[in-house]
Amino acid sequence: MTTVRISDDALALACGADVIAEAFVAAGCTVERVSSWGMHWLEPLVEIDGSGWGPTGVDDVAAILAKTSDLSIGTIADHPFIAAQQRLTFARAGKTRPLSLDDYAATGGWAGLKRARMLASPDLIAEVIQSGLRGRGGAGFPAGIKWQTVAAAPGTRKYIVCNADEGDSGTFADRMLMEGDPFHLIEGMAIAAHAVGAAQGYIYVRSEYPHAIAKLKAALVLAEALIAPFRCEVRVGAGAYVCGEETSLLNSLEGKRGEVRAKPPLPAHQGLFGQPTVINNVLTLAAVPHILLEGGAAHYDSHGILRSKGTMPIQLAGNIKHGGLFETAFGITLRELIYDIGGGTFSGRPVKAVQVGGPLGAYLHPDQFDIVFDYEAYSAADALIGHGGIVVFDDTADMGKLARFAMEFCAAESCGKCTPCRIGSTRGVELIDRIRGRAQTSADPVAALPQMHNAAKHLRTHDENLQLLEDLCETMQYGSLCALGGFTPYPVRSALKHWPEDFGASS
Amino acid sequence: MTGEERLTEICAAHRGREGPLLPILHDVQSAFGCVDPAAERVIANALNLSRAEVHGVVSFYHDFTAEADPRPAIELCRAEACQARGVEALVEAAEHAAGERVRIKTVYCLGLCSAGPAARIGSQLHARLDRAALLELVQSA
Ligand SMILES: Cc1cc2nc3c(=O)[nH]c(=O)nc-3n(C[C@H](O)[C@H](O)[C@H](O)COP(=O)(O)O)c2cc1C
Ligand code: SF4
Ligand code: FES
Repeated sequence: MTTVRISDDALALACGADVIAEAFVAAGCTVERVSSWGMHWLEPLVEIDGSGWGPTGVDDVAAILAKTSDLSIGTIADHPFIAAQQRLTFARAGKTRPLSLDDYAATGGWAGLKRARMLASPDLIAEVIQSGLRGRGGAGFPAGIKWQTVAAAPGTRKYIVCNADEGDSGTFADRMLMEGDPFHLIEGMAIAAHAVGAAQGYIYVRSEYPHAIAKLKAALVLAEALIAPFRCEVRVGAGAYVCGEETSLLNSLEGKRGEVRAKPPLPAHQGLFGQPTVINNVLTLAAVPHILLEGGAAHYDSHGILRSKGTMPIQLAGNIKHGGLFETAFGITLRELIYDIGGGTFSGRPVKAVQVGGPLGAYLHPDQFDIVFDYEAYSAADALIGHGGIVVFDDTADMGKLARFAMEFCAAESCGKCTPCRIGSTRGVELIDRIRGRAQTSADPVAALPQMHNAAKHLRTHDENLQLLEDLCETMQYGSLCALGGFTPYPVRSALKHWPEDFGASS
Repeated sequence: MTGEERLTEICAAHRGREGPLLPILHDVQSAFGCVDPAAERVIANALNLSRAEVHGVVSFYHDFTAEADPRPAIELCRAEACQARGVEALVEAAEHAAGERVRIKTVYCLGLCSAGPAARIGSQLHARLDRAALLELVQSA
C-alpha cells in the first residue's frame, strides 16, 4: 500500500491539506501526517517515497498516484530551497510525525538532555556560552550569560519561561517548531531547567495559535515522565502584542495586566512571582538540544559570522514568490534571500521595500540589499533582525500609509505605561495624516491657548510638520520604556527617508 | 446550572494553580461569550481580588469582551505581510457582504504570512484568500 505524507501544520491546513489527505485515504493509501518542510508556496505538499508534488488540489490525487502529475518537484530533499539550507533547529522539518515519541527518539531526540544531565551546571552553561547562541526573540542577548545569571541567583524556586507570543507580522518559525517538533522545544526547556535548577516551566503561547497550543499540550502529556522532575505547562495569551515583551509576559502569566515592568530588576533576578527566571524565545530554547550534543557547541559556533553565531530560521513572507522557512548560517545577504531563494515578488512586479524584524523593524530600500544577516550590521543600518521575519513589498506599496500603520499599530497595542508611546503614537497617526493630506489644518485650539508659550501660533507648513514628526520620533525613541514605543520610529523614519515622495513631498 | 454556579465551578477548577486569572478568564469568555461585570464580581470573590483588579485585566486584553456578540466572527489579518499580499483591497467588499450579520474583526498576524491574505474562524484557518474566497467565507459564516 502506498504511504503518503502530508503536513498537518496550520499553514498546510489553511491551504486545504485535510481535504487532500482524505482524498488519498479514499484512494486506498495510508496517510501519515508529518511536519511541514517549510516550502509554503507548495503547500499542500504531498510526499511519496521522498518525491514531492505541490501545491496540490483534490483533482490532482489520481494523477499523482499514477505518477503523471505535472506538479512534481522531484526529490524533496534535493529541492534547491531545501538543499541550500543549514537546518540545525529545523532538522526534523518535513521528516517526522510531530507527536510520535518513536520518530523523535529515532532522529536523535533526547540525546542532548541525556548528555546535559551528566554535566554539572557550570560546564553545561559554559557549552551554551561557547556556542555563541544569542536570543532569537529580538534583542539578541547571549543565552548562556542569561542562564548563568539565573543559576547564580539565590533562591530555590526558579522558573523557565518560553516566550511563544510570536506577534511580529512576517514570522511563523516559533509556530512551525511548536506544531512540527514540540518535543524539541520541551527538550530545550528541560535542559535549561537542569542548567539553572528550575523545577517548573511555562510556555506562553499566543491565542492566535490554537494548533500549536493543542500540539504542545499533547506533547507535554506524552513527555511528562521523560522530563521529570521538571514540570511544564502551556499558558495561553489573550491577544496583546505587547505581552511578547518579557516583563509584560511575566505580568500576564501572573494574572495581571500586561504592563511592561521597569528594569532593573532583571527577570533573571526577580522574574515570575519575583523569583529568578530564564525567559527565552522558542527558537533560542530549541537551538539548545543540538548544542548539547557531543561537539555540538563547537559545531554551532562554526556557523555564522563575527558575533552572530549559529543559524537563524529566517521567515520569507509577504509578497514573495517562494515564501517559507529558510534556516541558514548568519552572513547571507538580503539580495540572496529575496531574489535567489525567494524568487522575487509573488506578483511579478519589482520589489519596492522590505521590512525586516516585524512591525518595529525598519523598511529597507533595494539599495541596501547587500546588507548581511548579522545583528551588528543591521543595527549599524538603523535596522533590526528581530525574530528574523522578512516581509517583501512590491512597487504598489504606499510607504506613507505603512508608516501611518506603524503608528496606528503602536497606538492599538501600547500597554499605556509611558506617555511617548501611549500618546505619541496617536499624535503620530494624526500628524502623518496631516502631512499626507497636505491640507492646511486649522490651528490646534490647545496650541492657541495663551499658556502654550512654545506652541506654534501659525499653521504649520509641510516642512514644519515633517520636522515635528522627526521630533516626535526622537521623543518616542529615547523616551519610551520598552521597544514598542522605542522602535516604532524605525519603520516610520526609514519610510520617510527612502520614500519621501510617498509623504506628499514635492520631488 | 445557573450562570453563577458555572462561574464558581470554573474558578474552582483552577484553584491551586499559579496565576489562575487568565486561564479562568479564557474559560469564562468561551463559556459565556464575554466576561461581564457580574462575572468579574464572582471571579474577584473567588480569587480574593478587588473587582477593579479583575476589571483592569479584562479590559486590557483584546480577547476578553464585556458583552457577548452572538454574530459569527471572521478574524481577518491586516498586518504588514498580509497588506503586502493585498488584503486591504478586499476589506470593503467583505465588510459590505458581512453587513450587520457577520462580524469582521481585524487581527494582526495569524502566522500564515507567506500565504496571505489570511483569516480565521475559530480554529479554522484560511490562506491565499482572494475576493471570491473571502466573500464565500462571509456568506457561509
Ligand atoms: C513589544 C515587544 C514584543 C516582543 N515580542 C516578542 C515575542 O513575540 N517573542 C519573543 O521571543 N520575544 C519578544 N520580544 C523580546 C522579549 O522582550 C525578550 O527579549 C525575549 O523574550 C528574550 O528571549 P531571547 O533572549 O531568547 O530572545 C518582544 C519585545 C518587545 C519590546
Ligand atoms: S513603550 Fe509603550 S508598550 Fe512599552 S512600556 Fe511604554 S507604553 Fe508600554
Ligand atoms: S501578517 Fe497576516 S498572517 Fe502574518
